[in-house]
Amino acid sequence: MAKGPRQLLLEHADERDLTKLSEYEAVGGYESLRKALDMEPGAIVEELLASNIRGRGGAGFPMGRKASFLPKPDQATKPIYLTVNADESEPGTFKDREIMFRVPHALIEGAVITCYAIGAETAFIYLRGEYYTEFEIMRAALEEAQKAGYVGAAVAGSGASVTIVIHRGAGAYICGEETALLESLEGKRGQPRSKPPFPAISGVYASPTLINNVETVATVPDIIELGGAEYAKLGVENSAGTRVFSLSGNVVRGGNYELELGTPLRSLIYDIGGGIPDGRELKAVIPGGSSVPVLAANEVDAPLDFDSMANLGTFLGSGAVIVIDDRACMVQLGLRVAQFYMHESCGKCTPCREGTRWMVQILKKLEEGRAEQGELDLLLNVCDRILGNCLCPLGDAAAMPVASYVAKFRDEYQRHIEEGGCPFGAESSLAGVMAPVDQHHAHMRSQIEVPVHEFA
Amino acid sequence: MPESDLYREIQRVADRYPVRRSAIMPALHLAQGKHGWLSPDALREVADALDLSPAYCQAVASFYDMYHLEPVGRHTVEVCTNISCALVGAQQVLEAFEEELGVHAGETTEDGEITLRTIECLGGCGWGTVVAVDHRYREPVKPEDVPGILEELRGG
Ligand SMILES: Cc1cc2nc3c(=O)[nH]c(=O)nc-3n(C[C@H](O)[C@H](O)[C@H](O)COP(=O)(O)O)c2cc1C
Ligand code: FES
Repeated sequence: MAKGPRQLLLEHADERDLTKLSEYEAVGGYESLRKALDMEPGAIVEELLASNIRGRGGAGFPMGRKASFLPKPDQATKPIYLTVNADESEPGTFKDREIMFRVPHALIEGAVITCYAIGAETAFIYLRGEYYTEFEIMRAALEEAQKAGYVGAAVAGSGASVTIVIHRGAGAYICGEETALLESLEGKRGQPRSKPPFPAISGVYASPTLINNVETVATVPDIIELGGAEYAKLGVENSAGTRVFSLSGNVVRGGNYELELGTPLRSLIYDIGGGIPDGRELKAVIPGGSSVPVLAANEVDAPLDFDSMANLGTFLGSGAVIVIDDRACMVQLGLRVAQFYMHESCGKCTPCREGTRWMVQILKKLEEGRAEQGELDLLLNVCDRILGNCLCPLGDAAAMPVASYVAKFRDEYQRHIEEGGCPFGAESSLAGVMAPVDQHHAHMRSQIEVPVHEFA
Repeated sequence: MPESDLYREIQRVADRYPVRRSAIMPALHLAQGKHGWLSPDALREVADALDLSPAYCQAVASFYDMYHLEPVGRHTVEVCTNISCALVGAQQVLEAFEEELGVHAGETTEDGEITLRTIECLGGCGWGTVVAVDHRYREPVKPEDVPGILEELRGG
């Protein structure tokens, strides 16, 4: 039977204002916390393992396994920390924002249960700086939860104590990468660390740290309520449960939709999203955020689950489905994606710092019709030299999608060379888009042009 | 030197962390809120409050896009031009702002009131084009909404 919409995490959020504690409690909120506090911490980790839940941040690592890499609380020589990754900045992704905006208590409840399970007394929520409204909602929810005794000393009358600190980011995509996030949380520039040691052994303040995405942590109360084995029955093999998919681009009804894993991509775009507007044709779909390889229009019957995406050479990533219609020039798409990663490269590893710059330069030449045949091969060569050669996968996140655009839409790239310009002309939906990196250049130019006597 | 409000606020924030240096980001947010940008004086205040050097604070601040190391307008308008927004017309929205304000992206109006910038994905992609006006999201914004937004800003 085909999978489809299924609300677990966002259940009741359409009918009620679940940002209010009383409303959240009225639909069973914090019951999972009470249930969890009656269990042994180790038994909760067992439930997480049984649920087969995989991380919702991008990499899809099983949460229960990551939690079991931590030292047991009685063997740990340092405090154990939980860090919730709420830095959501992968282009196309806006689900964590919706979760914090609409069900902030699910995240808080999940964080408290997780802390109890792993023996942590402090959780940090690293919250994207631009999400100011969501920060206010989370802060208000946290205050309510503290007053009600769900957070703080003696959680819900038990012996457990959990403090939650919300830490605002300040605009750096790289801080979503877990080790960069830890550096940033320690008050440094957000540059990734080399692994090992993994955060489970040496994370924030060189202490054992569990890092999970907002959606992953906010799902923990549902897992405790249902029991791991029941939760594991949702979805399909290797992809248990539901996910909140962010649908955007050339689609009638963009937005976040919670679906059982294994729902066909086609039903998300057409049945739920209302299809492609303005009578246009579907050209391509990015299924998991801008860092993953693209799917062509004839691949949209695939189910949205980890294995099906892997079979097509791409990833479910952050669950961000970007729909692209036939007006888009794929060279411009490649350029815009490369510009983003160039802007966000932290500069630590040479292949990423220099490679993304090369990619942008070559793609610009291609788009402007100034590129020679050899430069298309050079572009792929640069992508190849970035892949797997850096401390973190940010460079890969530029190289993989761009290489996939060339692979799947090679004739379009070829035409830019042969016709000495963009075959779409001004008709492309992406024509002339100004990226923040262009703006920096414009700004530098205006600085250089300032007459010297003005400084005298 | 008497302790300023900012100094005391930073101490309060620093108490939340096991290691005080972790408070540098909230401290920079606070200092920027007070001064409008991170002037050398603002950086010095943060440094003093956390026993760090001003150079260290500047090194950290310069890593993050939201910290302004140069003065900015009293209001900021940030137009997302990442792919989901770009696919649905972000460039036209940006151009409408440029035309109405008479400045290019990256510049501030001559009266120092409004800074216009392009910005990477703001996380509202399904409701593009997303524009952050003084850090509050407007979504979706169409070119025809631009005059009204600016009128609101100039009136307020
Ligand atoms: C460049 C880069 C950016 C990332 N950004 C995010 C992010 O914004 N949010 C997130 O949850 N994970 C992000 N990740 C993944 C994290 O490194 C990490 O795998 C994740 O937070 C673990 O949580 P999960 O297992 O619950 O998914 C990013 C990874 C990379 C390489
Ligand atoms: S692409 Fe504009 S908000 Fe994400």
